[in-house]
Amino acid sequence: MKLTRRDFIKSNAVAAAASVAGVTLPVSSAVAADADDGIRWDKAACRYCGTGCSVLMGVRDGKVVASQGDPDAPVNKGLNCIKGYFLPKILYGEDRLTKPLLRKTNGKYDKNGKFEAVSWEEAFQTMAEKWVAARKAKGPKGVGMFGSGQWTVWEGYAAQKLLKAGFRSNSLEPNARHCMASAVGAFMRAFGIDEPMGCYDDLEHADVFVLWGANMAEMHPILWSRLTDTRLTKPGCEVHVLSTFEHRCYELADNGMIFEPQTDLAILNYIANYIIQNKAYNKEFIDKHVNFTKTPTDIGYGLRATDPREKAAKNRNKGKLSKISFEEYAKSVEPYTLEYTSKLSKVPKDQLLKLAKAYADPNKKVASYWTMGFNQHTRGVWVNGLCYNVHLLMGKIAEPGNSPFSLTGQPSACGTAREVGTFTHRLPADLVTKKDAHCKFAEKTWKLPAGTIPRANGKTDGADQTDISGKPMGKTLIHAVAMHRALNDGKMNTFWVMCNNNMQAAANMNDESYPGWRNPDNFITVSDPYPTVSAQAADLILPTAMWIEKEGAYGNAERRTQFWRQQVAAPGESKSDVWQVMEFAKYVKVKDVWPEDLIAKMPEYADKTLFDVLYANGQVDKFPVEQVTDSRGNKYENDESKDFGFYVQKGLFEEYRLFNSAEGIPKKGHEMADFDAYHKVRGLRWPVIDGKETLWRFREGYDPHVAKGEGVKFYGKPDGRANIITAPYEPAAEPPDKEYDLWLCTGRVLEHWHSGSMTRRVPELYRAVPDAVVYMHPKDAKKRRLRNGANAKLTTRRGEIVCKVDTKGRNKCPEGLVFVPWFDAGRLVNKLTLDQTDPLSKETDYKKCGVKITRA
Amino acid sequence: MVLPLLNATKLKTFLLQMSDSKDKNELNRRQFLGNMLKTACGVGLVGLGLAAYSKRASTMPANYIRPPGALPEEDFLGACIRCGLCVRDCPYDILFLGEVGDEVATGTPYFIARTGPCEMCEEIPCVVACPTNALDHDLKDIEESRMGLAVLIDQETCIAFHGLRCEVCFNVCPIRNRAITLDMQHNPRSGKHALFIPVVHSDACTGCGLCERACILEEAAIKVFPMHLAKGQLGSHYRLGWKEKEKAGEALVTPDTEHRYNLPDGVRYDLQGEGLIIDGEAEETPFSSNPLDTLNSGFMDK
Repeated sequence: MKLTRRDFIKSNAVAAAASVAGVTLPVSSAVAADADDGIRWDKAACRYCGTGCSVLMGVRDGKVVASQGDPDAPVNKGLNCIKGYFLPKILYGEDRLTKPLLRKTNGKYDKNGKFEAVSWEEAFQTMAEKWVAARKAKGPKGVGMFGSGQWTVWEGYAAQKLLKAGFRSNSLEPNARHCMASAVGAFMRAFGIDEPMGCYDDLEHADVFVLWGANMAEMHPILWSRLTDTRLTKPGCEVHVLSTFEHRCYELADNGMIFEPQTDLAILNYIANYIIQNKAYNKEFIDKHVNFTKTPTDIGYGLRATDPREKAAKNRNKGKLSKISFEEYAKSVEPYTLEYTSKLSKVPKDQLLKLAKAYADPNKKVASYWTMGFNQHTRGVWVNGLCYNVHLLMGKIAEPGNSPFSLTGQPSACGTAREVGTFTHRLPADLVTKKDAHCKFAEKTWKLPAGTIPRANGKTDGADQTDISGKPMGKTLIHAVAMHRALNDGKMNTFWVMCNNNMQAAANMNDESYPGWRNPDNFITVSDPYPTVSAQAADLILPTAMWIEKEGAYGNAERRTQFWRQQVAAPGESKSDVWQVMEFAKYVKVKDVWPEDLIAKMPEYADKTLFDVLYANGQVDKFPVEQVTDSRGNKYENDESKDFGFYVQKGLFEEYRLFNSAEGIPKKGHEMADFDAYHKVRGLRWPVIDGKETLWRFREGYDPHVAKGEGVKFYGKPDGRANIITAPYEPAAEPPDKEYDLWLCTGRVLEHWHSGSMTRRVPELYRAVPDAVVYMHPKDAKKRRLRNGANAKLTTRRGEIVCKVDTKGRNKCPEGLVFVPWFDAGRLVNKLTLDQTDPLSKETDYKKCGVKITRA
Repeated sequence: MVLPLLNATKLKTFLLQMSDSKDKNELNRRQFLGNMLKTACGVGLVGLGLAAYSKRASTMPANYIRPPGALPEEDFLGACIRCGLCVRDCPYDILFLGEVGDEVATGTPYFIARTGPCEMCEEIPCVVACPTNALDHDLKDIEESRMGLAVLIDQETCIAFHGLRCEVCFNVCPIRNRAITLDMQHNPRSGKHALFIPVVHSDACTGCGLCERACILEEAAIKVFPMHLAKGQLGSHYRLGWKEKEKAGEALVTPDTEHRYNLPDGVRYDLQGEGLIIDGEAEETPFSSNPLDTLNSGFMDK
């Protein structure tokens, strides 16, 4: 706490009076009376996780000087976790980047040069030359952008337009690919529409909670306190926790189970089998609302095609569903007996039975929660689906308390990455680039010639799309992990990483990420507020305005869209991501990246810049600059509007709404309120129709898309039925063997957010958890002559790191498995991990590879 | 006019120091130790009477904590020969020696948890180094040491008491889930969140101070104090009944014979449990479980 001189004199006077009276007063409380003078309070969504707590930020003299949990926010009711408590400090790390930095030698760009400050103009000029050259020489996959589930909604939307329409490239991915892609895959396969049907109110309405690979206690701290409260106050409430190691959630568990990695597939099939064997399933529900299907098996592990495991896979990357009967489905889960499943999973029989009974009891409402344990899984789409199978069999879905609920990791993985669709295969509001009609709708909405957006297969109306090179466009999809491989192979030459730290976050840094970025042919741009590991590995660093240094919007895990105003100015020359994307578009001309036949459809665009055609299109620039105010008359800056001369955020959002809320849109169900409405509320849960939020989807009465008399309708699917998709247990890609004899699982801790680039700059959080440690079983440690606190060397087939052993701490691993958090830039655990993915969702499995541990 | 911030901060720091302990961070401990050893035989030091030491001991600042295994203060002062070997052998350099003029006996070791807590070495090198048993050599297991006791002294500022998800003290505690546990309670203010209240248990807390250092508040809400300052004592005559019963595994006196009650139909009484239980009370039907009640009550329309 800083005191002004006036405060000091005042406090001194109070203290003097107090001392005369024989009382000692702590200085801070003496001034507290009017230390809050002149603070302007305004709401914002918390910067970190997918929970979406609301906070109030206190600003005075252009600086955030105070914060509080928002007492009127329904999610958190004034509470925060320990990261949220320190939100103001993440803005004020001493090493904020304030100028663009380019690697140079003798005044010229040099891949091996030292970073030197440059102007934004030079930065973008250099970048544009590289991007245009790469786009021309290497086709649509020659350039790439890697964004974020921490982008604001309009940042993702602006980037979506820049890449897909501007550069005519589908090489746009968010870090949500590492995080939620498996959940998305399963939503689309089962329900035909993304995101959970339930909401956080399920936390008060369920009788039984089941956690599948989610350490909610640390990763969704405020939701965990809601779940805990229900467990404490609701008679008969029970909590089942499943994971591959014991974590903080087990403190509350009535039935805590540790299973052998990958056998969650078997456990879920056992539950389905139990339900069928005991005829506990809801026949009426499945007759009316469910189709039974199967998915191809033996699909590989998303490794490079040359890997022997890929060559051995019979149905590599295949996922087309085929219909089966209920009887065939029942037969497919028959092998998963209690006996077999217990032996495979190493979970005692009585515990599995207790879990199965909870799901099968028609009188108990069950909410299942999962996060990265399910999603970062080489069978992630399958395992998400197996959980839906159980809920669908029982009809325990889409009503208060009965809820399979995929928890999101990031603050706007839903709002930005998924709803805006910043994935290679997606367009806004669940549209996809593999559908010609969807692309055409987007082109029309964006006032661009038909055929601008590259189709997944490079064809429109059955004919090849032409690339700038004059050649056919070819196949255009490229997912996150493949991007690093393409950089490594020199097939992608420019890469822009924004609002994430992918050098630290991506798996297999030694073999793929680092050599890819440092490949002499490649030009890597990193936008970040801080000098991260990614920035260190870049060629150009762009200083970035973060979080409340810009007007923003996030969408949380329960479909809640939340807005905030710009609270303070960013330091130095920092600029927001949306500014960077739009400003960069001014440096590229349409004719640099579009072929003649496309330009011929709108010749007036030829000499325009990408900025002109994408953002100055009469829609995005429709709303004039206005003084942003709140209901109390406080005034707020909006730096982007000032720079571009129109209300940037409003224009982007309102154009985005043409995809989800306008008449005649291809996919209903994502409706949102208008821009101004969101500034007045603590978020709204979509679909928002006639100003009303939707709490539970697919159920009559709760969801306006379900007509009277329909009861339940999974309207994402043409026949209104959800898919039960059978899938078997299949082993992991790299189980421990003689040499690499332990499972390595990676993840997070409560005190740090993701790669720690913000939270490790908060001294208190750094002091609380300074370094990553390897959590292991005391017996595993002893076998290796290691004791608690000793330095251990962790080695995999890909690399090694050294960190301290922890046998006593918060995570208790079973023998045979170790856990290492990934927040620590000083211990890059992704040097160890394998770049294996779910072959369907392309999401990395960070939870399972073989590791050897020795004394360091 | 506003003074430069730095000055204001400095002044504030000065004010705080009036009521706070000295920050010893910047002391060159090794250098000081060297000087101490040189003057250890000095007549001046020997000339200080035991009475003076005792007085010092009783006024030792509350945040000065003796190393693991230290004998009760008076015995410790008698046994400690001010050799400084414990300080030398501490691998984490947390120990200080009292200086002339300090409120701690000159030459005796202590640490300050907020800035340098005991890291709980398994080998306890400070104890091993002690030549006189002032640090008790019978202490073989660091978890048995009782340097002091952590006290969650300020429940008003501890954010866990307000329902924030902190629990840093719990998470850093080396005697996991024994020295500090989390008491989960309903949060009546928010109505739908739980509180995770840290509770310190003196039967397991060693007083290492790792919790105090980690506390994320500007002034720690959990602090380690010497045992005699931290610990209350129940009246020697009084026992907590339920604990005695648990210890004995049965009631200490003859259990009651079966109770019987005068109760109307549909009502039970559970002596040890819920008390009065009215069957069917929770059911959402307007009818009594006894059909005679319905039949005898007349028409229900009003």
